[in-house]
Amino acid sequence: MAPWNVIDQKIPQARLALFSYVSAALVILLLVGFWKLQVVQSEHYADLADKNGIRPIAIIAPRGAMLDREGRVLVDSYPSFSILLMRDNPKLLEKSLLPIEEGLGISREDLQQQLEAAKLEPKFLPLVVKPEAREADIEFVESHRADLPVLELEMVQRRRYPFGEMLANTIGYVGEVSPQELEKNPDRYKPGDLVGKAGLEREYNDQIVGTDGMKRVVVNSVGKVIRTLENIDAIPGKPIQLTIDEDLQRIADVDMADKQGALVAMDGHTGEILDMVSRPTFDPNDFAVRIPAQEWAALNSDPHTPLLNRAIQAQLAPGSTFKVIIATAMLESKALPADFTAYCPGEAVFYGRVFHCWQAKGHGSVDLHSAIVHSCDVFFYNVGQRLGIDKISYYGSGLGFGRRTGIDLPSEEPGLMPSEEWVQRVYHHKWYAGETISVAIGQGAITVTPLQLARAINAVASAGLLVQPHLLKNLTDTKAERFPLSDDTVERVTQGMFDVINEGGGTGYALRLQNVEFSGKTGTAQLMSYQAGTKVGGRAGKLTNGWFVGYAPRRNPDIVVAAVVQGSTEHGGTTAGPVVRDVVKAYYDKKNGRLVQPSTAQNIPLAPVIDPEAEAETR
Amino acid sequence: MKDRPHVRDFDWPLLGIVGVISLIGVLEIYSSTHASAMAGMQWRQLMWIGIGVAGMFLISRIDYHTLLDQAPVLYLIGIAGLLVVLVVGYSRLGAKRWISLGGQTLQVSELMKLIIIIVLARYFNEVLTDRLTLADLAKVAALTLVPVALILKQPDLGTAMVLVPVALVGAFFAGIEWKHLAVGVLLIALLVPLAWNMRHHLKPYQQQRIETFLHPEQDQRGAGYQILQSEIAVGSGGFWGKGFGKGSQNQLGFVPVRYSDFILAALAEEQGFIGVCVVLLLYLGLILRLVDNAQKAKDRAGMYVVMGVTAILGFHVLVNASMVIGYVPVTGIPLPLMSYGGSATLFVFLALGLVMNVRIRRFVN
Repeated sequence: MAPWNVIDQKIPQARLALFSYVSAALVILLLVGFWKLQVVQSEHYADLADKNGIRPIAIIAPRGAMLDREGRVLVDSYPSFSILLMRDNPKLLEKSLLPIEEGLGISREDLQQQLEAAKLEPKFLPLVVKPEAREADIEFVESHRADLPVLELEMVQRRRYPFGEMLANTIGYVGEVSPQELEKNPDRYKPGDLVGKAGLEREYNDQIVGTDGMKRVVVNSVGKVIRTLENIDAIPGKPIQLTIDEDLQRIADVDMADKQGALVAMDGHTGEILDMVSRPTFDPNDFAVRIPAQEWAALNSDPHTPLLNRAIQAQLAPGSTFKVIIATAMLESKALPADFTAYCPGEAVFYGRVFHCWQAKGHGSVDLHSAIVHSCDVFFYNVGQRLGIDKISYYGSGLGFGRRTGIDLPSEEPGLMPSEEWVQRVYHHKWYAGETISVAIGQGAITVTPLQLARAINAVASAGLLVQPHLLKNLTDTKAERFPLSDDTVERVTQGMFDVINEGGGTGYALRLQNVEFSGKTGTAQLMSYQAGTKVGGRAGKLTNGWFVGYAPRRNPDIVVAAVVQGSTEHGGTTAGPVVRDVVKAYYDKKNGRLVQPSTAQNIPLAPVIDPEAEAETR
Repeated sequence: MKDRPHVRDFDWPLLGIVGVISLIGVLEIYSSTHASAMAGMQWRQLMWIGIGVAGMFLISRIDYHTLLDQAPVLYLIGIAGLLVVLVVGYSRLGAKRWISLGGQTLQVSELMKLIIIIVLARYFNEVLTDRLTLADLAKVAALTLVPVALILKQPDLGTAMVLVPVALVGAFFAGIEWKHLAVGVLLIALLVPLAWNMRHHLKPYQQQRIETFLHPEQDQRGAGYQILQSEIAVGSGGFWGKGFGKGSQNQLGFVPVRYSDFILAALAEEQGFIGVCVVLLLYLGLILRLVDNAQKAKDRAGMYVVMGVTAILGFHVLVNASMVIGYVPVTGIPLPLMSYGGSATLFVFLALGLVMNVRIRRFVN
C-alpha cells in the first residue's frame, strides 16, 4: 500500500445520507418545474407550439381588370416578384452585400442606407430591396439560394395601368388598406391588403377584388418551408366592363394634354360616360408599387391638384353656358313672352350698377335666338331680372344643378345653385337682387361641375330627360329623371344652340362639322370681377375658364360633351371648343367607319374665331 | 470472503438503470433525427455505448488504488492535454475542444473530468483528519482551478463548471467545517453579482447567452429563441405527451440540438410529464445507488472516487434539466447517457467503470 493510504478512516455515513436526501429534494424541485410547464401552463405552450410550426402564407388574388366598352383592357393585374433581404443575421448580411451589389446592381451604400433606416424595425421583417424584380434578378436569387440565403423572393400581384395617365383620375389608384378601413372590416381585410383608394378602383373595389387563397406550410426553426399542408387557390377578381370608349378617350386625352381642365363625354340617351379627362393628372402606376413618400407629398401639395377629378369635382362658374338654362326658364315659366326683345348698347344699369356686355359696342336689338347665338349678356341680364332668382333656381335645380348626378364615382361634388333660401340658410341675409343679374350669365355664386353641365344641356335638348351618368357598362339600377319641357321650348333653345355653331357670326361658328348637327354653347367665365381684373391688369387680370358644351344631333343627342379649360386668356370657343368638336367628330367618324387613329389624331388648327367673348359685369 | 475482484460483483441493478436510461436516450435520438438529414444517429450512439461498456470493464480491472497512486502523473498528463488542445486543437463552432486521436476526435476536457475525480480523491484521502483547514481548501481550489481555467480558455464554460462540484462534494465528505462552508456559500453569493459586473469580459456568445436567459422574449430568432422553443416543447407536451415521434417542436426542428443538449425537451414533448418523471426518477435511482456504493466502499479513497463520479453526473442532470425548463442559462452541459455525444458517453461509462472498480474490491484485502 502506498503511504497516503495507511490509515483507514471511517466512511462519513451521515453526510452521505444527507447527500441522498438533498439529491431527492432537488429531483422533486425539478419535477415541480416540469409540472408547472407541462400541467399548469400546458395549454399556453400548446398554443405557442401550434403557431410555431405551421405558418399560413397568403396567396394574393389578382384584382379584376377594367375593360372599355369594346372589351379592350384599360387596367389589369400581373404577378410580380419582389426581392426581400432578410435582416436577422447581421454577420451574414455584412458578407452578402458585395455579391448582392454585383448580382442585383444595388449599390452597397444604398443597401446600407436602407438597412440603417430599417434599424428600429423588428429583425424578422425583411427589407424589400427590389420591388419589381426582372427575370435576371429572379434567376440570380434562385441560383444563389445556398450562398446568399439572405435573399428571398416574394410573389405579389401588381396593378398595371397600360396607358399611364390616361383616365387616371377616373380609374383612381390602389394602396394599402388604411388602419380605419381595417378596423371597420376586420374580416375582409388584413394588413397590407391592396384596396381601391380613389376613382373606380374604390367605387367597384368589392366587385373587382378577388378572394385571397391560403397555403399552410410547415416551417422549421429557421423559417424554411419543409412541406405544404393545405393549398387553397386564390379566386381572381372579376373584370368589370366600363362605358368608356378607348378611341374617344385617346383623342380627348391628346387634345387636353397640355391644358388644365376637364372633359366629359356622355351618351345622351343612356348616360354612359364615353370619355372623361382631368388635367393635370398623375400616373397610377406610381401607386402600384409602394409610392415614395416625397412623391405622394408632391402630388398632394401640388397647387394644380393632379389628384382631383375635375370632371366631377371642379366646381366652377358655368359662364355663358348657363344662358341655355336661363333661356329654358324664360320660355317654360312664361314669365316673359317668347318674342321678348332687349336692346343692347354694350352695357346696362340694374339697381344702380353698370353691367357690361362682353361686346362693348353692343348687339343692338336682340331676341332670344340671336341672344343665344351671339351670347348677348344684356339680353340675359334683362331676362334674369324679370325671372328672379327663385325661378332661375327652380329650373337650374330641375335640370340637375346644385346636386350630385349620382355617377358611380366616389367624391362627386354637388356644385351650387344659389337661391333666396340658400342665402338665408348660409349667410343669414336677404338675397341681393343684383346677384340675380350675375347668375343670369353664369357668374356670381353659381358653380357647376363639367358633368352636371353636360347632363343639363343634354336634358334641355332631350325634352327634359336627365340621364344618370355612369361608368359601369352593365349598371342595372340607373335612375333617369324627367323634368318635362315643352316641345316649343326645346325647339327654340336647341335651334339657338345649333346656330351658335352653324350660323355665320355664332360664337362657335369655327367649330362646325360636315354632316353632323353639331350644336352647343360657349362660355367664358372670368376668374376675377371686371373691376378687380382691371385693377390687376395684364394677363392675370384676364384669366378665364373657357367652357364649351357640344352635342349632336340638335335634338335628342347621341353624344354630349362638356369641356372646360382653366386659366387661359382666350375664350371658351377657342380653348374648349376644338376639343369637344374633335370628340364629337371622332364619335361620328367611328360610327361611319372612318375613325382617324388616335395616334395621328391632332388638334386640328382653328380658323380664327370671329369675336372673342368675355362676359363682363360690374358689382 | 472472496479474494479476487470479479465482474459478477458489478452493481447489476445500477447497470440495469444505466441500461434503461441509455435505451430511452437512443430511442429519443432516433425519434428526433430519423426524419432529418441526421437520420441514423442512434446507431452511432449505440456504438459509443458499446465502446463505453468495454471501457468500463477495462477500467474496472485496474485497482483504483493503483490509479490513485499515479494521480500526479495523470494530473500532469491532463493539464498537458488541455494545453495541447489550446495550441493545436480542432476548432468547431468557435471553440477549440477537440484533438484527433486515431481518426476520432476526442474532447480532452472529458478526460480531465475523470482525472480530477482521481486526483481529488487522492488529495482528500491524504488529509487524514476529519477537519479540513483553510490551507487544505486552498490546495483543493488550486488543483481544481488550473484545469478549470484551461477549459474556460477553450472556451467551454459548461465542462469547466462541471469540475467544481467534484471539489465541493469531496470537501464536504472530507470534513469541511460548517463555518467554512457558510463562508464559501456567502462568497459565491457575492461573486455572482461581481461576475455579472465583469460580464463584459466574457466572450460575446457567453454574454448573449446570459442576456437571453434573462430576457428570452426579446430575441425570438436568436439565442433566447432556444430557451423559448425548449420551454414550448416541454410545456406543449402536457401530462401524457404527444406520443413517440409526434412532437411538432421536436420533429420540425424548433427545439435546438434536440438530440443532444435538449434531448430532455424532446422527450418531455413526446412523453409528457409522465415520461419526465420516469427519467428523472431513474436518474435519482442511479444517484442513490451510487451513494449506496460509496457507503459500502472499502475505504475513504473508494468513497471519494464514487462520490466524485456522483457529483459530476448529478450536476449534469441538475443543470441540464434546469436549462431545458429555462431555470438556468444555456451552458452546453449534456444529459449524461441520453444526450448524443461520443466523448460524453464514453466518459460516463469510464466513470461508472471507476465505480465498479471500487465496488468489486470492497471485500478484497
